[in-house]
Amino acid sequence: MSTNETGFGCPLPIGRHSRVLLAHGGGGQLTSQLLEQLFIPAFRNDALAERHDGARLSMGGATVAFSTDSFVVRPLFFAGGDIGTLAVNGTVNDLAMCGARPQYLSCGFIIEEGLALEVLERVVDSMRLAAAAAGVALVTGDTKVVDRGKGDGLYINTAGIGLIEHGLVVAPSSVRAGDLIILSGDIGRHGMAVMAAREGLEFESAIESDCAPVAAPVLDLLEAGVEVHCLRDLTRGGLASALVEIAEASRLQLAIDETAVAVRDDVRGACEILGFDPMYVANEGRFIALVPETGADLAMRVLARHEVSRAAVLIGRVGAAPEGLVTLRSRIGATRVVDRLSGEQLPRIC
Amino acid sequence: MKFIDEYRDGDAAAGFARALARITTRPWTLMEVCGGQTHAIVKFGVDELLPKGVTLVHGPGCPVCVTPLELIEKALIIASRPEVTFCSFGDMLRVPGLSTDLLSVKAAGADVRIVYSPLDAVELARTLPDREVVFFAVGFETTAPANAMAVFQAARHQLANFSMLVSHVLVPPAMEALLSAEGSRVQGFLAAGHVCTVMGFTEYEPLAAKYKVPIVVTGFEPLDILQGVYMCVKQLEGGRAEVENQYARAVRRQGNVPAQQLVRQMFEVVPRKWRGVGEIPASGLGLRAEYRRFDAEVRFDLENTHADEPPECLSGLIMQGRMKPHECPAFGTSCTPEHPLGATMVSSEGACAAYYRYRRVRVDTVSTGN
Amino acid sequence: MCLAIPGRIVTIDGVDPMLRSGKVDFAGIQKRVNLSYVPEARVGDYVLVHVGFAISTVDESEAAQVFEYLKAMGDLTEIEEPPS
Repeated sequence: MSTNETGFGCPLPIGRHSRVLLAHGGGGQLTSQLLEQLFIPAFRNDALAERHDGARLSMGGATVAFSTDSFVVRPLFFAGGDIGTLAVNGTVNDLAMCGARPQYLSCGFIIEEGLALEVLERVVDSMRLAAAAAGVALVTGDTKVVDRGKGDGLYINTAGIGLIEHGLVVAPSSVRAGDLIILSGDIGRHGMAVMAAREGLEFESAIESDCAPVAAPVLDLLEAGVEVHCLRDLTRGGLASALVEIAEASRLQLAIDETAVAVRDDVRGACEILGFDPMYVANEGRFIALVPETGADLAMRVLARHEVSRAAVLIGRVGAAPEGLVTLRSRIGATRVVDRLSGEQLPRIC
Repeated sequence: MKFIDEYRDGDAAAGFARALARITTRPWTLMEVCGGQTHAIVKFGVDELLPKGVTLVHGPGCPVCVTPLELIEKALIIASRPEVTFCSFGDMLRVPGLSTDLLSVKAAGADVRIVYSPLDAVELARTLPDREVVFFAVGFETTAPANAMAVFQAARHQLANFSMLVSHVLVPPAMEALLSAEGSRVQGFLAAGHVCTVMGFTEYEPLAAKYKVPIVVTGFEPLDILQGVYMCVKQLEGGRAEVENQYARAVRRQGNVPAQQLVRQMFEVVPRKWRGVGEIPASGLGLRAEYRRFDAEVRFDLENTHADEPPECLSGLIMQGRMKPHECPAFGTSCTPEHPLGATMVSSEGACAAYYRYRRVRVDTVSTGN
Repeated sequence: MCLAIPGRIVTIDGVDPMLRSGKVDFAGIQKRVNLSYVPEARVGDYVLVHVGFAISTVDESEAAQVFEYLKAMGDLTEIEEPPS
């Protein structure tokens, strides 16, 4: 068996995938590669360069936020929500992360031939309720049907616009060393709720997706005068990916304390069985807020007034160096670097 | 979570760290055999709590990492067949073969499914009689009882459409190969706690005696690892070389007898190639003749298919404990989890992946400001 | 080797030892687990589960030994034992 000890050439690596993998949509390293190497260079402009959840734009004197999101979740229905609730809240939350008041959504349906109309009706009803709860109107849309076998049942895209009524630039570029990092609640519920419903990995659980609109607490923060520097909702890729994105975009260091991050017992149980790290599990109703230290107390009080952010906690602080890194102090007191995942987490045995 | 959280207690961890510092008078190099232990060490930063002189090197304890390239190639051939539903644990999906991996093959349209248990694959075979269901039976002794039960149930249900691609490896022969290799600098072992849960630890007694190395059966939580290291160092400092059991809440000396019995009934000991290490005699498990009809290599006529390991990947040296991931020039540059050169970078257990995910930048260059 | 998680047996079904299975609870999650390899286990016992199989019962008296060991070394004096 040759184990080369005398030096070696670095061969061309296997990757530079010629085909798109599931991992390219996972919110981790490969998604980032696709963005950096394909999309951003192709459409180059200032708004894209911010690399934030939504674009902050000036139009005729007003400042608006504009965002889009597509929903391909399988199964379509899971504890605590469905693809419809996700579709509305996902875009509502992206707009909220720009510090905007979400107002109007568009919606595109791509439906697989053969989908039961009753399923579509349930999804649309969920969307109606979610839009009402979030205070947004669905004002335009589109419907396409694809051949049987080409769809997974149903895909939905939503896009949204909202008004930015304050003068702050809520984006990674506003983050400063010394800022504190607030997490709006416990993590991991959505990803594990979906996992529990997925064939082959079934387990009985009471875990429900945390899918919810978060615009209300965010707008309240802004109205209360908290100088919010940055917001990011935690979706696929989890808390870890959101932190890494902000660290990289702001070129600052984010230092997190593991013991401060709350994970419900049953979510932990589900993660342990499958070998998942809750830091990377998807959420749909959680966000992080980076605020100056002086504003943290007020921010926590404001967040406590809203059900969805009642359990908000301080999880860390922004430092100047090392640039672009997220560090985590583990519960046994040692420190490690938190990176993006490469690809999605897969259940493991080892 | 009971029987997990207690063993992640920070104060107790600090207590072990202090005790270790007190008894360590010389440098010692220990190997933790199991990838799950490597994962925990890097994730919780256990090695940061060790005194300067105590070094942990990472052993070949990842069945994913040691599965020979040849077997990955066979898996890819089988999975690509249109009539096959290929079932695997998630760990194997990103392990690189010569030019591709199971995840990419899935992306190209193959019916590759992740299962949690081998019995899920058996169930699929029952519910999909028109498909050839193949299960990738990878693992150390820990997983052998589950795989044995899968074959047992397939036989009992007389399933004609179920087979297993077997890549089982055994730990003690690998440890012996490591110990007898020239240049081995390992002075003590933390043996794999879950392997020993099944097999017990009598097999390690002759190894400890012959090679004069302490072997401590160790669990997977930070306190387990710290206590295991402490017990090992204590032996080394005292000039002893015995087998001790740190993981007594799970491991008994004789192991799990009913599990061992079913494994012996379905499998026999065979020579196996280990990726990055080479062929080790009597180091694996293969299906017995009377169950050979469930052997996917036979069913798909791949027994004579061979593939050679590429020389560039140094994961062999890493698995033998002779190099640390960040010492490999390819680490983090041409070899990353997105484009791995070898299985140690892909496997969630692999030393390189654990380092990449939780370390990448050396933490002593990080100012944590804490 | 590998991921084996402790859980509490909630129900046991199956008379045939080879088909003995049950529901095991992991902090509120329940999963069906094969119990063929732990014939001595009873409802309420904790077992270690790997790929859907219980491979061992958790010996609760041994479980405390990690802390007793520390105490004996004098390194856990100021701290209370973690809640069990």
